[in-house]
Amino acid sequence: MKYLPLIWANLMRRKARTLFTVLSVFIAFMLYAVLGAVNQAFTGGVQLAGADRLVVMNRIGLINSMPINYADRIAKVPGVADVTWQEWVGAYFQDPRQPITGFGVDASSFLEVHQDMHLPPEQSQAWLVDKAGVIIGPVLAKRYGWKVGDHIPLRSNIWRDKQGNSTWDVNIDGIYGGGQEDLLLMHYKYLDDTRAFRNNQVGMFLLKIADPEHAGTIAEQVDGMFANSDAETKTSTEKAFLQSFAAMLGNIGKIVVGIVSAVLFSMLLVTGNTMAQSIRERVSEMAVLKALGFSRRGVALMVLAESLLVTVIGGVLGFAFGAMFAGAIGSKLPFLQGFHTPASSAALAVLLMASLGLLAGLLPATQAMRLQVAAALRRA
Amino acid sequence: MSSPRPVQKPETSSTLVEVRGVTKEYRRGSETVHVLQELSLNIPNGDFLALMGPSGSGKTTLLNLLGGIDRPTAGSIVVEGTDIAQYGESELARWRAHNVGFVFQLYHLLPVLSAERNVELPLLLTGLSASERKRRVQAAMQLTNIADRARHKPSELSGGQEQRVGIARAIVADPLLLLCDEPTGDLDRKSGDEILDLLQALNREQGKTIVMVTHDPHAAARARRILYMNKGRLATEAEK
Amino acid sequence: MRWLYQLYTVCALNLRNLKGRLDSSVVAVIGFTGVVMVFVAVFAIREGFDDTMRETGSPDVAIVMRGGAGAEVNSVLSVNDAKQVAGAPGITATAGGPLVSDELLVQLSMPKADTGLDANVPFRGVDANAFLVHGKVHIVAGRNFQPGLNEVIVGLRASHEYRGFSLGSTLHSGPYQWAIVGIFDDGGVYSSEVWGDLTIMQAAYRRGSSLESVYAKLTSPDAFQAFKDYLTTNPQLTVSVERETDFYAEQSKNMSSFITGAGTFIAFLMGIGAIFGAINTMYNSVSSRAAEIATLRALGFGRSPVLLSVLVEGMLLGLVGGVIGGALAYVLFNGIETSTLGTNFAQVAFSFRVTPELLTRGTVYALLMGLVGGLLPALRAVRMPIASSLRQL
Repeated sequence: MKYLPLIWANLMRRKARTLFTVLSVFIAFMLYAVLGAVNQAFTGGVQLAGADRLVVMNRIGLINSMPINYADRIAKVPGVADVTWQEWVGAYFQDPRQPITGFGVDASSFLEVHQDMHLPPEQSQAWLVDKAGVIIGPVLAKRYGWKVGDHIPLRSNIWRDKQGNSTWDVNIDGIYGGGQEDLLLMHYKYLDDTRAFRNNQVGMFLLKIADPEHAGTIAEQVDGMFANSDAETKTSTEKAFLQSFAAMLGNIGKIVVGIVSAVLFSMLLVTGNTMAQSIRERVSEMAVLKALGFSRRGVALMVLAESLLVTVIGGVLGFAFGAMFAGAIGSKLPFLQGFHTPASSAALAVLLMASLGLLAGLLPATQAMRLQVAAALRRA
Repeated sequence: MSSPRPVQKPETSSTLVEVRGVTKEYRRGSETVHVLQELSLNIPNGDFLALMGPSGSGKTTLLNLLGGIDRPTAGSIVVEGTDIAQYGESELARWRAHNVGFVFQLYHLLPVLSAERNVELPLLLTGLSASERKRRVQAAMQLTNIADRARHKPSELSGGQEQRVGIARAIVADPLLLLCDEPTGDLDRKSGDEILDLLQALNREQGKTIVMVTHDPHAAARARRILYMNKGRLATEAEK
Repeated sequence: MRWLYQLYTVCALNLRNLKGRLDSSVVAVIGFTGVVMVFVAVFAIREGFDDTMRETGSPDVAIVMRGGAGAEVNSVLSVNDAKQVAGAPGITATAGGPLVSDELLVQLSMPKADTGLDANVPFRGVDANAFLVHGKVHIVAGRNFQPGLNEVIVGLRASHEYRGFSLGSTLHSGPYQWAIVGIFDDGGVYSSEVWGDLTIMQAAYRRGSSLESVYAKLTSPDAFQAFKDYLTTNPQLTVSVERETDFYAEQSKNMSSFITGAGTFIAFLMGIGAIFGAINTMYNSVSSRAAEIATLRALGFGRSPVLLSVLVEGMLLGLVGGVIGGALAYVLFNGIETSTLGTNFAQVAFSFRVTPELLTRGTVYALLMGLVGGLLPALRAVRMPIASSLRQL
């Protein structure tokens, strides 16, 4: 727009000052982007959770398991579309301190329930017929450099076979996409047939229900079926289940919000102060503009525009840089795979930038508006 | 106190500005300062009026009132049939943009803008296209003989050159009224004369109506008529 | 001497007209305050967490688990295994036999007090020896549980962390009730746990007679190596043996390094942001004093007092920000109880710990920020040409 040269020139008046203010905002939003990634890393699973999936576990705790034959009875509950199960493997590869999120599953029903996971048909076919086959997520493929066709000696820190060994040799039949990207899925039968204890039991059932609205009633029914049995159940939505996990890490969300607020508040002050200084130096110029016929509102808007330009330029650049940085960390550090700044952070960031610019410029803009032309000119 | 009767010149056809019973007071703490008292005067179209008087006589205040950057406590200021004393802030701003050009003693150019961008400023308030604005800026700067310095910043110009830019800015929107507050006050004799030449030329050749506040009789002599002010009132009138 | 006097004069003049620049100075101070507050708070989390982990256990207690288990919940030991451990050298002997504690850890899902969301609560099944082996554990309210009954004692921290964990209440888990008859504390991780009778636990959670870990009270810390070697060379056993203190310290490493890494990164970035804010403040300070500086220099004051006075001003702002930030962090955060994922995928509760060392580090950091912030403006101050600056007067 035609006022841009004037606004820009005013910002360039004190280049160093404008530069450092923009840099402050840059840092603030870079931090915001990185913290957004942190928040996502801890609570992101919650967003992935399907509204139409329920989790069934032993009421006592995840440590305990349930008989696998529960599956048949659960499948008969009205409203349940599919049932599958998973058993924690306690898997690792070579280094016991780098755990792998691995489950023994019933392949066909698992894929049925997890529609968000996709696999080329030849890979899923191969997996279904390969007793010792596994499919892995892209994160694992990247971390260990595994490819389809590799043979991996998988170890478990919980399970032993009847000879006391804890190694299960598996073949990588496929790499899936979508859903949670760091899983390793082996056949439950392969694990159960050879392990020495807890046979015919599973740690968790997953249900796909036809209508999310009925989640509550279905959960009650399932739990009611197994009340007073040896293995009572607790059924909840996948989202609620994952939220509990995230909450165990501590109130990460609150901490992140706290830090971001502190930072943004200081940024507000820095930018506001810069604007105020700048306006104060320009009193006579503002008066001249008014004398020339610029309306009060026009002058005020120009001040706000200056302020917005600073916060938006600094904010957009900072956020972009921070997001790139987060992505780079995610690809370089193995245990932080999938670390990235979510798109929702970006939308909120833009909102914050705009508010910051407007708030910082508010007071100076009002001052500019109220300026008495004659008095100001006289003072000069 | 009697109001001087305007003398009609053959070139001037009508009265551009009619000031009637204008009073201006300021509050300073508990005291009231009377700057202008029941002042009335007429300014015909194409006039070149000089306002002289000691400091504190209210001449700058009168200029400000004529230009609409200040409002009278009482009275009316009718410009081409409109009483601008009745206008609100935003109306005055709009009116100023189209009808008034200011020339200041201290030039008041925006130091961050080049000369031509400074001259362009009043045109930003109109709906003119960028190319049209450019054309008018060029024309104004040529008229004031400063076109060769178009790209320079005020800090790179001499006092006289800055004032030329100031005058170009004042006329670029083709206003009814040109109001000058001590335009040569900060200039050496030679530069001052050049400015006065320019103002005279604008008045005689372009027919611009000019009101100039000055304390320099040498400058006042270039005007068509001189009004003296003292303590907020008009004293006598002398005309060529 | 004269130089020092010059420095003093310039600084004093500087301070005198600070009032006119108060708003931008306040902004810089607030920036520093924010950074130091976050810095201290995040590292107070690490201090508190580390502290709890470090305080746990004694160097003369060894923990034996199945080899390669890594955590008690992954470990399985048989009665026979436990007997073998009890036969190892270096264990304190008592009238009742060697001082070993057989233990079993289960995690029960129970709601947290603040969010109501389920968390994994560690339930430890122990026998009478446990209280002799874990010397730091002592009852602070109520009484100890009676063997053979569904009674439990809860750790002091656990009693705050979870809903309904007060003395006299009953906990429900599946078909079982557990009556809370006492509260205990150890100053470490065990305070986040619930302890009950080993045999009852084994029965309730279908463990038969198997255990997960054996803790042995050694005659002295030096007896550890012999104890360990005996067990690891035994062909009938596949066990891992560690000092109790080392074990818990190791468990905390991951979380601790994560907090350190994240905390450093955040504090560093915020510090840079605060420095940028401070630079503006200092530029403002220098330009508003341009004429004054020029006068001083025209009078013969040297460059370095002027330069240093700007740096001193920057550091002063940093100091004020650092002290306020540290004080705020202490008042707001010190002692606050929180919890996170610790050993055994269960909750470990701890308190924020704002230590004097942390406060000092925070203040030093702030001073550093102030110094860096003042650098560029200080250089500009001495490079300002005297003549043109005087004209500003």
